[in-house]
Amino acid sequence: MLMSDLNIVFTAIMPEILVTCLALVVLVLDFFLRGRSKLILGYLAMLGLLAILPVAVISVVPEASFGGTVTADRFAAFFNVIFILAGTLALAVSTVYLKHSDALKGEYYVIILFATLGMMVMASASDLMSIYVGLELMALCFYILVALGRDTGRSMEGALKYFILGAFSSGIFLYGMSFAYGFSGSTNLADIARQAELGAFEDPFLVLAVVLIAVGFAFKVALFPFHLWAPDAYQGAPTPVAALLSVGSKAAAFAVFMRIFLVAFPEFQPQWSKLMWLLSALTMIFGSVVAISQKNIIRMLAYSSIAHAGMIVIGLLVFNRTGVSGVLYYLLVYLFMNLGAFSVVALAGKTESGGLNISDCKGLAARYPLTSLFMALFLLALAGVPPTGGFTAKFFILASAVDAGYYWLAALGVTTTAVALFFYARVIYYMYMKEPEGQPITVQTGVVGTWVLLIAAAGTLISGLYPAPFMEFATHAIEPLIR
Amino acid sequence: MTATDIPAAFPILSLLVFFPAAGAVFIVLVLKKEWQDGIRWSALAVSLATFFLSVYLVSAFDTSTAALQWVEKTAWIERFGIHYFLGVDGISLLLVVLTTLMTVICVLASWTEIQTKLKAYMALFLFSETAVLGVFLSMDLFLFYIFWEVVLIPMVFIIGIWGGRRKLYSSIKFFLFTFTGSLFMLLGILTLYFFQGRMTGQYTFDATLLFQNPVPPQIQNWIFVALFLGFAVKVPMFPLHTWLPDAHTEAPTAGSILLAAVLLKLGTYGFIRFSLPLLPNASSFFAPLMIALSLVAILYGAYVTLAQKDIKKLIAYSSVSHMGFVMLGIFVLNLEGLKGGLLQMINHGISTGALFLLVGMIYERTHRRQIEDFSGLFKPLPVYGLCFFIVLLSSMGMPTTNGFIGELLVLIGAYKAHWFYALPAVIGVLLGVAYLLWLFQRVFLGEYSFSGPNPLKDLGHREIITLVPIIVLVFWIGLYPHPFLKITDASLNRLVEVVGDNARKAALVAPSSGATFEGPAIVRQNVNQPWGGVPIHYVDE
Repeated sequence: MLMSDLNIVFTAIMPEILVTCLALVVLVLDFFLRGRSKLILGYLAMLGLLAILPVAVISVVPEASFGGTVTADRFAAFFNVIFILAGTLALAVSTVYLKHSDALKGEYYVIILFATLGMMVMASASDLMSIYVGLELMALCFYILVALGRDTGRSMEGALKYFILGAFSSGIFLYGMSFAYGFSGSTNLADIARQAELGAFEDPFLVLAVVLIAVGFAFKVALFPFHLWAPDAYQGAPTPVAALLSVGSKAAAFAVFMRIFLVAFPEFQPQWSKLMWLLSALTMIFGSVVAISQKNIIRMLAYSSIAHAGMIVIGLLVFNRTGVSGVLYYLLVYLFMNLGAFSVVALAGKTESGGLNISDCKGLAARYPLTSLFMALFLLALAGVPPTGGFTAKFFILASAVDAGYYWLAALGVTTTAVALFFYARVIYYMYMKEPEGQPITVQTGVVGTWVLLIAAAGTLISGLYPAPFMEFATHAIEPLIR
Repeated sequence: MTATDIPAAFPILSLLVFFPAAGAVFIVLVLKKEWQDGIRWSALAVSLATFFLSVYLVSAFDTSTAALQWVEKTAWIERFGIHYFLGVDGISLLLVVLTTLMTVICVLASWTEIQTKLKAYMALFLFSETAVLGVFLSMDLFLFYIFWEVVLIPMVFIIGIWGGRRKLYSSIKFFLFTFTGSLFMLLGILTLYFFQGRMTGQYTFDATLLFQNPVPPQIQNWIFVALFLGFAVKVPMFPLHTWLPDAHTEAPTAGSILLAAVLLKLGTYGFIRFSLPLLPNASSFFAPLMIALSLVAILYGAYVTLAQKDIKKLIAYSSVSHMGFVMLGIFVLNLEGLKGGLLQMINHGISTGALFLLVGMIYERTHRRQIEDFSGLFKPLPVYGLCFFIVLLSSMGMPTTNGFIGELLVLIGAYKAHWFYALPAVIGVLLGVAYLLWLFQRVFLGEYSFSGPNPLKDLGHREIITLVPIIVLVFWIGLYPHPFLKITDASLNRLVEVVGDNARKAALVAPSSGATFEGPAIVRQNVNQPWGGVPIHYVDE
């Protein structure tokens, strides 16, 4: 094989290279810094990652490179933007969150950077092997990060649950990939697609491959019934990590799933759509209903994440242009509103006994009007109330479902949204309409924290009031995957 | 309705819609919260300016045409055919003025009642005004939906923060009920969008374009149900009305005024503006059911009102009954009914808004609102009693008051459709007289006894100022309704035409699998139109 056949184009992986370098720099610097000065590492990581954002946007190499394992197309660039923004905001919140913590280790920042790297690898991977490498890189980093929480008991529990279930699901994923390889003789998605086209719809190994990969995906995205790790992992993890987990790892899993199923197995769509229909419906119902009974805010947000994932899957299973671009748009908007909500929770100082409870929010608006306003905005966005981006995202997805004729699913989505409003509104009610009780919590935002909230709020509102550019961005990005 | 739409030289409607919000932002950011007087006067100034602007619109309105006026239309989300599209015609203009007038009255009513978090309170009312005006002026379904939902948010806070004992329960009930209904309405809108797009090749949310290409009747039925869920919760129609008594009773005075006078009109407006012209076949298909529900609302609402002990709850339930009248007027599907329905919307806004205003006055003085706490109030409060009585007359539809004109038109329309429809409606009127007069008798007449600490003071200047416009309107519309009806004339005539045309068009579009247009008896009465259009008659005023 000639080198030129392999198409070694370093531009394609330039963002990944830069992130690696940044992570290594932070790692080395960690040796030379002690104690409080480690905070510099946080700022360095955050600003460095932000600086890589423009590189990610322009490093688009549409053809497959590196022997077909990397395809840094517009789709990958879109997701890289999401990952870098998520990583930056999570790092920014971490610098505030970890200020008074003894978990102020430099490795924390390094591992977040590597997790982001793993996500970026996943997004541009067009070969089953590179997908797996990226997946494991991201997952292993997250296992460690979840264990770094301040409440060691809960963190260990969450991390262990996540690790065990994650390891199993990665194994299942790999098993499915091996069947796909066995069927087609190649791990390259394009090759698999060619083989699948040639026939053998009923080939049992291919069906197995599809099912197993779907299960692996469902776990990573925390769909019912593979969601069991999510609430404990989110609660045990440091809150910025939970934020990154809920946004970044979900988006990465969706990126991988879309690439595999839209590129390699599009003919299987009728079958996996049915499976996804069931998962989506059950997830939305489960996530919305169980969240009502939660007393801890992070667990509530975890279940809300589960419900949102269920809705995003609708965009996938309807298999039309609106749907898949809706998925991308939803993930982008979800980044802003979810990170915003988690950031507010992170900035509220309570750390012991499981973290912030919903009852701790009582009367928050009187003492912290601005923070409460931001939180109310993010919660209304998550609930899908106009004029926020949360509404336009739901609109996009519901539109695709109605277009494709999935009326029952759309009605179910709408019903669960209505149900979910209750627990989102409950927090708002507690903040504004109840008197504080028990130990008052303190919210320290600082400059960095305020910036994070402002950026998240800006993203949420702009995507609600003037969503056209974001929608165009998403529709533009999905083009490479739709033949 | 598109060919003759009159574009605006100056975005006056946007100014009208967003000026209150801008004022609210100014109040929140610029004014200090300790300067309570400044906050009040600023809010008053903003709402008065908006009111005068809407009055200007009335004076400059061309009543001879049904075309949308002062149209503003810019592309918003091209991909979906969504535009920022504002326009006003005879159907919405009166509602716009009602909204702006009521907001002024709300600001004045809260002058002394609200002492805490005044900035937020005034800002919320102004934001609410923006949202409601946006609903009435939007002609793009997506934009309409956005404003429709945004209306909820300020009211949720108003009830929840400044409300009465059960404010949280009422607020969340209101929020959940209306949000759920609206979400199903969204599905209906989306279904309409896609079917219409597939039919014509042009995917758009522009209502004026959608009016021209109705979808087949079978689809219309489904969409009608979906839109019904959204609109009916807001009206509120029986049996989706249960949020109303709680919300109205627990809200602060101005909140109740705004809810009753303005927010309740959103639902019926939605039916007139969208359900009827977009889904004409479905409208006549479901008309018997809608009429039945309206009659139930009239009778049941009135019956329950008789049993109430809390004045505010009494007025709230009477709203259910009155809105039943409006819905009756709309769904008899003839011109008189529509005219009556639309006018009753304005009348109900005026009279019920005034009733809540009056209750607020007595509540502010005594902190009681149970009927049994009062007796013989006419003696110490003659002016108050007189005003209360005038508003009662308006609410029960006494001739020379506005209520009579509206009710009369609705009854004519109902009787025209079928004599049986008018019968329960008339009984409803009688029950209305009963509960209102009985209320008056128990509270104002008889021996004066009130065991409060201070002697009761009659109406102050500010309170009289809030009541003057109401009393003026009560008699103006009651004695000389022509200017008001003239505004709605052209647009309602056009609406009736469009409904008839669209019914025919849609029936032609229907698949040839034997589905013919089967309207109910009330529509088939029309002689010359075998497909069953809507009869057009002119009522001499």
